[in-house]
Amino acid sequence: MVKFKENGKKILLAHGSGGRLTHELIKDFVKRFQNPILAKLDDSAVLKVEGRLAFTTDSYVVDPIYFPGGDIGKLAVNGTINDLSMVGARPLYLSASAIIEEGFPIGDLERIVDSMERAARLAKVEIVAGDTKVVEKGGVDKIFINTSGIGVVESGVDISSGNGRVGDRIILSGTIGDHGIAILSARERFDFQTEVKSDSQPLNGIVLEILKVSKKIHVLRDPTRGGLATALNEIAQQSGVGIEIEEEKIPVKEGVRGVCEMLGFDPLYIANEGKLVAFVPEKDSMKVLNAMRKNRCGKNAQIIGSVVKGHKGKVVVRTGVGGERILDMLSGEQLPRIC
Amino acid sequence: MCLAIPAKIIKIEGNLAQVDMAGVKREADIRMVKDAKVGEYVLIHAGFAIEKMVKKDAEETLKLFREME
Amino acid sequence: MKLIDEFRDGRIAERIVSKIEEFGSSKVNLMEVCGTHTMVIFKYGLKGMLPENINLLSGPGCPVCVTTQEDIDKVIGLVKEEGVIITTFGDMLRVPGTDSSLEQEKGNGADIRIVYSPVEALRTARENRDKRVIFLAVGFETTSPLIAASLLDARRDKVKNFFIFCTHKLIPPAMEALLMSKEVKIDGFICPGHVSVAIGSEAYRFIVKKYGVPCVIGGFEPLDVLQSIFMLLKQIKEKEAEVEIEYFRAVRPEGNKIAQKLISEVFEVTDVEWRGLGVIPQSGLKLRARFSNFDAEREFQPKVGKARRNRECICGEVLRGVKKPVDCTLYARICTPEKPYGPCMVSSEGTCAAYYKYGGL
Repeated sequence: MVKFKENGKKILLAHGSGGRLTHELIKDFVKRFQNPILAKLDDSAVLKVEGRLAFTTDSYVVDPIYFPGGDIGKLAVNGTINDLSMVGARPLYLSASAIIEEGFPIGDLERIVDSMERAARLAKVEIVAGDTKVVEKGGVDKIFINTSGIGVVESGVDISSGNGRVGDRIILSGTIGDHGIAILSARERFDFQTEVKSDSQPLNGIVLEILKVSKKIHVLRDPTRGGLATALNEIAQQSGVGIEIEEEKIPVKEGVRGVCEMLGFDPLYIANEGKLVAFVPEKDSMKVLNAMRKNRCGKNAQIIGSVVKGHKGKVVVRTGVGGERILDMLSGEQLPRIC
Repeated sequence: MCLAIPAKIIKIEGNLAQVDMAGVKREADIRMVKDAKVGEYVLIHAGFAIEKMVKKDAEETLKLFREME
Repeated sequence: MKLIDEFRDGRIAERIVSKIEEFGSSKVNLMEVCGTHTMVIFKYGLKGMLPENINLLSGPGCPVCVTTQEDIDKVIGLVKEEGVIITTFGDMLRVPGTDSSLEQEKGNGADIRIVYSPVEALRTARENRDKRVIFLAVGFETTSPLIAASLLDARRDKVKNFFIFCTHKLIPPAMEALLMSKEVKIDGFICPGHVSVAIGSEAYRFIVKKYGVPCVIGGFEPLDVLQSIFMLLKQIKEKEAEVEIEYFRAVRPEGNKIAQKLISEVFEVTDVEWRGLGVIPQSGLKLRARFSNFDAEREFQPKVGKARRNRECICGEVLRGVKKPVDCTLYARICTPEKPYGPCMVSSEGTCAAYYKYGGL
């Protein structure tokens, strides 16, 4: 494993000033990421890409930076890969830039960069451009990471949140609430012990499988902040359609349910980082479901509902006990309550 | 008011117990359920056990529901 | 999940509902006193499953909703004291006072920490001896024994920097106040299951004796609520008025004696004002003299101006079951969960919040 050359054990302002320390830091990043484009150390990566480009960017400021199942680096890489995948693009190249707080331990930086390299390698995506800045203590909270990414969308693929159509089946790729609860459990003052891990993973593989069996995928969405409820509401509004889902069909891990019951949280509003919903015309739905289940990211995939005529822009849940309610978007944070 | 969830006692140390709720564990103050034993279920509200939940009574409740003919 | 999932079975629900339908179509007003019951009714869509003649009224058992604006303003005043840490249950964070809320003050840099348990609040005091830690003690008889226990521990361990701002209230007097006001005809009460764990079913005996209104103590799973409704309808049909325990897997007639003892050791009963209901005699708790050193009001003497109430907010009438959220001119147009004007919209189990989130069908 490549070890960072150290000048003391912590990141100093000098690491960001452009001089020798910066240069050494960059060289070590490059060795870690090991791809010929980055190694050229040019001001820009020159890439040859054919077809329609998808382009996305996201910043990651998660606290704590380490949590069961991952860290901020893994999150940053998978998150951008997934944003590209959700428009049906094949992710190709990522950039990664970090803003680091003075005094941040180099050992931690090493660990996070390793994690990003591993995540990129697993997803077969290359990190071809990067940047680091160092700011004074308090300027950022430990480390903030931005990743941007480009991918290619094959011709004929038209996937968008506005494409939901009456009759579409809604397929969820797996259990919800894992990531949000894992983050919560890693916070210092969380007095519960739980085995829940973040589900952060790249979804480009499973999306490729879905696209192989159906050319008619209407919508793909990864329900991150705000959870499944918020994602479904956004799609309902953007597509101008009504959605109905069955609560019983939605897979939730026991450990996630346990924490939610204790604190009064609803898993439908908790963030996920390795799941997707697909809106698929009825006649392709079984094919897509089976393709998802064959993939390691979709073992617990379920058809959870459909797009219906009526109550446009709204999501209705059929509850386990037989009644119905409106599923609203998340408003404000979910807070532990006594009532 | 009030959110209280049944959890199983897995260890007791004086007035504190380790309880397990579907794999989620935490400490709970059991001073309000003095004769609680390991293996029994208690209702947990804001970090305290407020009462025992007797499995037999739960089963009887369900039986009553089911007998609604 | 043990002891929970079985009580959410749809087939059993169907059966209970069809038994409920057998009672015919005369209108009945049933009040679920407890905010958590309101939440369950909405979350599981129970209203839609019941026949239309059954009118469910939401009562004042939402501790956040009945906290007076003056009390919120006093708490905001405490937030502004030097060297103070406020600890609170999450429920209280967004309740609007006259000029601000805890959430806003937190955004302005105040040290306000959400806790799951009063144990955490006491721990915060132990770990921050140079600060004065105030715990917002809100809740009914389910929660007040816990705060009593924490204060006993604080006294035993000589923790001198721990205080509570006490707004604890009692349920049975509020139920009586509603009946005495005669504003709404209440044909039966679904009594709060976990409050009753502490106080027992005998605490409601005076309601059936004096007012002849049936009481059923219900649990918090959807089947519990449906079964409680069935039991009330049966009593009404048979022209009975009794206190029945649906939730007998947790509630005993005598309640939990240790919990009752904890409350009476630390607190005494006093007259308090309920938002929307006015002053109800002997309906709240205050610290006994020998625990007065833990009283945040005594320590800090928060002064507040006259609370300016929003005239269009009808939370009071909603809390008494007299009006529904849709009758309020502010509801959903101006008053929303993001920007609540009244406490009924803030609390996740406040009637207006429940209607807004779940009831739009």
